[in-house]
Amino acid sequence: MIPQISIGRRLTALLAGVAAVLSLLSWSMVSGLARQAAAQSQDNVLAASATTIAETVRSEQGEVRLELPYSAFSMLGAISEDRVFYKVTAGGTLLTGYADLPAPRADPASGRITFQTEDYLGEAVRTASVRRNVLAGTRAVPVDVTVAQTLGGVRAISGQLSRTAAGLSIAFFIVAVGLSALAARTSLRPLNSFAQAVSRRGPSDLRPLRRDTPSELAPLRSALNRLMDRLGQSIRRSEDFIAEAAHRVRTPLATVRTQAEIALRSAPDADARQRLRQIIRAVDESSRSAGQLLDHATVAFRAEDLAQDRMDLGVLVTQTAAALEPTATMKDIRLELDTAPAHVNGDAVLLDSALRNILDNAIKYSPEETTVRIKVRAAEKTARITVSDDGPGLGDGPARALTGRFCRGSNTEGIIGSGLGLTIAAEVLEAHGGQLDLGPNPEGNGTCVTFVLPSA
Amino acid sequence: MRHICLALCLSVLALPGLAQEIEARKVYPGTGDHSLRIISTADLDVFHPYILAFQKARPDLTVEYSVASSVELYKAIRAEAEYDLALSSAMDLQMQLANDGFAQGYRSTRTDALPDWARWRDLIYAFTAEPAVVVLSTKVLGDRPLPATRQDLINLLRTHPDRFVNAVGTYDVRESGLGYLFATQEARSTDAYWRLSEVMGRLLPRLFCCSSQMVEEVIAGDLALAYNVLGSYASERLARETDDTIRIVRMEDFANVMLRTAIIPANARNTDDAGAMMDWLLEVGLRESADAWPLPPLNKSSAAATTGFGPIRLGPALMIYLDPLNRRAFLEEWENALEQ
Repeated sequence: MIPQISIGRRLTALLAGVAAVLSLLSWSMVSGLARQAAAQSQDNVLAASATTIAETVRSEQGEVRLELPYSAFSMLGAISEDRVFYKVTAGGTLLTGYADLPAPRADPASGRITFQTEDYLGEAVRTASVRRNVLAGTRAVPVDVTVAQTLGGVRAISGQLSRTAAGLSIAFFIVAVGLSALAARTSLRPLNSFAQAVSRRGPSDLRPLRRDTPSELAPLRSALNRLMDRLGQSIRRSEDFIAEAAHRVRTPLATVRTQAEIALRSAPDADARQRLRQIIRAVDESSRSAGQLLDHATVAFRAEDLAQDRMDLGVLVTQTAAALEPTATMKDIRLELDTAPAHVNGDAVLLDSALRNILDNAIKYSPEETTVRIKVRAAEKTARITVSDDGPGLGDGPARALTGRFCRGSNTEGIIGSGLGLTIAAEVLEAHGGQLDLGPNPEGNGTCVTFVLPSA
Repeated sequence: MRHICLALCLSVLALPGLAQEIEARKVYPGTGDHSLRIISTADLDVFHPYILAFQKARPDLTVEYSVASSVELYKAIRAEAEYDLALSSAMDLQMQLANDGFAQGYRSTRTDALPDWARWRDLIYAFTAEPAVVVLSTKVLGDRPLPATRQDLINLLRTHPDRFVNAVGTYDVRESGLGYLFATQEARSTDAYWRLSEVMGRLLPRLFCCSSQMVEEVIAGDLALAYNVLGSYASERLARETDDTIRIVRMEDFANVMLRTAIIPANARNTDDAGAMMDWLLEVGLRESADAWPLPPLNKSSAAATTGFGPIRLGPALMIYLDPLNRRAFLEEWENALEQ
């Protein structure tokens, strides 16, 4: 495949190419015209000179006589410093001048001036010839006057003009290249700003583009909008499907769990009880996964049109921690709160969901009788919630990868989990313009999860 | 090609004799083995100081200086005689030589410094500007003032023909190239020329080949008036004379200014030294100071230009009068006027 060159550069090169062709054309045209004009003016003077001489031809006592007028040569001397040659013949015999000067090739008609370029004495000369019939005695004698001049002056003038034209053409070309670059950049500006507008968008921003675009970009815009629309619909459909599926799974699971508990209470032997407990645990796990899937779908749904309510993270943390207190107590885990007022704009439901997933993880992975510390702090531009535990840590894999869907750490065997908790938290924070930081607990051997949110 | 041009040239001048007639030749030996051969129309005693001064700068160079009339010089160069530099007072003949390819181009910073009117292409360069003057003895004037115009001159000659019979001298234009140039240019410029010629013709004028002879005859008292004498020769000669009755008069109605020109002939061998000599001549020709060189500088002609008469223009128009038909017609008229 041919490597794609930038449109701007291609456009500039194209315009510059056009300018170069035009420059060359204009140079050659001006040069040609200059050559023509110089040659024409020389022809005119030569013609005038030959005519002036021809007009002095007269017949005296049957003999053709003439007197070269001073002006015939002085006019030639006036236009350039070129060598001058001449020849006058009467009826084919030389009257005066340079005998070997080339005569006109065709017999000139009387009064008509013929021009030729010839070689004479090792130099190119332009000749003008004129014929005049003179009555000598009783017969008409054709008198041919030829005046020749070397081409030095003509060449000097046309060379000079050609050089001037070349200079102007080069200047024109340089200016044209500059203007081409400017024109290319100007005409590509809408495309660039369009591309910037698209790339500035958040990862889940699928709203249609509404900006005004030049008519050339309108098809691209509508194609892009249609694509985003289809993509959005497809995402929504799958989220809906997941939420629907999770919801449908949860209700029968609750029934199964209740029945299993009743059966457990009335189970006669230990073996059956053990099996029933396993059933209950599996059901719990499934219902938890279904809950998280629902959470995830909620995040995806709400993030699309995020609420921007002002709230205090301290309050949020206190409420969420209180909701999880019973789960923690079951494992004798203490939730230690250290809150300060930290205001953010955001969706309380989502933030609660994110925090709940993180705390849930912390409680789940922490050994019994340990403490999970939750700290809320407001800095100049950011508000932070830090959750640190004394659990096994994040394992050896890259911390960032754990926020991927259904990704679990390498050291989580034996503990029930879906791998969605960190994903949900990360997505919520991203939707709020913040981020989720994962790292080892600086004060112990557990994990430290930090919510970073822009301050309100 | 050349022999045809030569044929033309011979028919142009229609002068007998092919052999070069060198009037004088002098060799200025140098210390080296290079030699520069100059053919010139300037008399030996006029050009002597130039050669000495040039040799002071170039002692190694042998200079061979030959004097010939302008026509002989022209014929010699056309016959491709071997000279390295040709200096002539006949601008038209020099012009013809350059036009017909008998001169080779030369350029230097010196030649570039020349005004446009003092050169033609890179072939001919002028190094002096010399006016044509009238030399006359005040004895013949009586109580009349010096004639200032040709009309004054005509009146003087008409009023006192007795004083001028057999005592008027001018160039024999059939022989002298410079005389022919002066006569043709004057005839072209003022109609008083023919009237003056008619008047002179009635006084049995004496015809000369050269300016120096005319000046000598005026000094000797054999001539009362010499018309169209080279001013440079006259002033150079009169400077050595105590007789203050002889005056140089420049015509105010029109005065020819001749440019003495140099060309390097096409078949010159020692072109390097010819170029050096050319540069040196131009340096002297463009001098500002009134040094005691025998020949006047070019600059004076710019003063002449302010009085209305520039030097004779170098250019192909000069060749017009060399055309055999024109020459024949002009000489016929001239002979009719002067030989009655």
